[in-house]
Amino acid sequence: MQLQPATLTETGTAICALCIFLVPLAAAGLALVNTGFGRSRSAAHSILSATCVFATAALVYLAIGFSVQGYVGAPAHVLSAGGRQWSVLGAGRWMMRGLVFNGSSLSLVACLQLFSVGIAALIPLGSGADRWKLGPSCASAALLAGITYPVFAHWVWGGGFLAQLGPLASCGSGVLDAGGASVIHCVGGLTALAMVWILGPRHGKYEASGMAIPGHNIVMVGFGCALMMVGWLGLDAAGALLFAGAGVSSLPLIAANNVIASSASIITALIVTRVRYTKPDASICANGFVIGLVSISAACSVVSPVEAAAIGLVAGLMVPFSVEWLDRFGFDDPSGAISVFAVGGLWGVFAAGAFVQGRPGQWMAQTATIAALLGFVLPLTYCLNLLLNRFYPQRISKDLERQGLDMSELGAGAYPELTQVTKDYLYR
Amino acid sequence: MKAAGLFLLFAGFAIVTSAFVLLSPAAPRGLFVAAGIATQILGLFLTFRAHYTPSEGH
Repeated sequence: MQLQPATLTETGTAICALCIFLVPLAAAGLALVNTGFGRSRSAAHSILSATCVFATAALVYLAIGFSVQGYVGAPAHVLSAGGRQWSVLGAGRWMMRGLVFNGSSLSLVACLQLFSVGIAALIPLGSGADRWKLGPSCASAALLAGITYPVFAHWVWGGGFLAQLGPLASCGSGVLDAGGASVIHCVGGLTALAMVWILGPRHGKYEASGMAIPGHNIVMVGFGCALMMVGWLGLDAAGALLFAGAGVSSLPLIAANNVIASSASIITALIVTRVRYTKPDASICANGFVIGLVSISAACSVVSPVEAAAIGLVAGLMVPFSVEWLDRFGFDDPSGAISVFAVGGLWGVFAAGAFVQGRPGQWMAQTATIAALLGFVLPLTYCLNLLLNRFYPQRISKDLERQGLDMSELGAGAYPELTQVTKDYLYR
Repeated sequence: MKAAGLFLLFAGFAIVTSAFVLLSPAAPRGLFVAAGIATQILGLFLTFRAHYTPSEGH
């Protein structure tokens, strides 16, 4: 049995294209969330970095990424093992040569991927806030868009070996990931983890006299979450149509599941923080909202709204503990991207296997995907960025960090009327 | 210690993948998958433990 590429009717194509056009709102929301969680002295740098990283990712994906990712039914590098042929890498033409943007499923996939790879590249930016230089962050995004993302995306969405686990190894229908919980969010979240390891904490964060460094604009974070919600509807809907075999009739279910999962998640996070800290924590609640969207991404088109609520509830339960635990272990992650995207994405992939019905062995395919994320993506992205760091140091110096990335790298701040330029800069 | 942890993460992935690629569906693949995931959990523990002491030396 061979994997088949998605076939859409004319109406399906139009609706899918509209959904794809919503996806940049998720990127915009993520950029706002990253900026809001950072310090005010690095806000302009953060939003500029987001734009540049998104652009770099799209260009590198155009040049190399799409050919490495490939697509179902396209030429690929295969490995023979156990008497079967396993597809491990796409073998397409560079620079998207030969691809005609004529509304075919393939052109829709390429268009969606140009946005998705940008979202994946934006995720680590929040974790490296206030200390990650602009040039190296773009170089890191290039590595993600040219190597890490497309290789893993081939395995899941390009007819690679994780997708083949269904027909070749009787594991359900192969990996189930409609909205990119593994391909986009986990890859971005695990890269965020690698960057936190490499960059280290912000100065002052874990000193004896150190203190919590709260985000500078929680309203910006909240508006970012709202934008992400709209973008997510498009991302999950387009992904389900193109990669999960869903029909246009399942779009209302996808939208309902997104709203329900994120609602259950934020309310759970609110209750947990209220109980633990006596008052609700706005930043963790915002993270709770986003982790709900992340965790439902994989199974958005196949679970019922009640199951979506359960997935969101567990995700909302996880985020406060994960944020607190990572902080206690010395992981300085200003935006909580590791907890939201890596932990939430892994839970989403697992939940898809646990909740989907009528696909025996599906949990095995989902477990194999989790193993691939932890055992391949994390070491690969860590080694690539560590190597990059050797040749192109990614972290700003202590003095410039104290000054803020706006003044040190851009020469102007985001809030000029609030900036006091003196010889001595103090920690907040 | 971090390198050892990352190696264990990869080793766990190799065990899980081997179970699917080399064994037939009738074989006890679940056992191999559990072993692979356990190896990865140990790898994660090692990598996190290696990061545990934050320093200002960056």
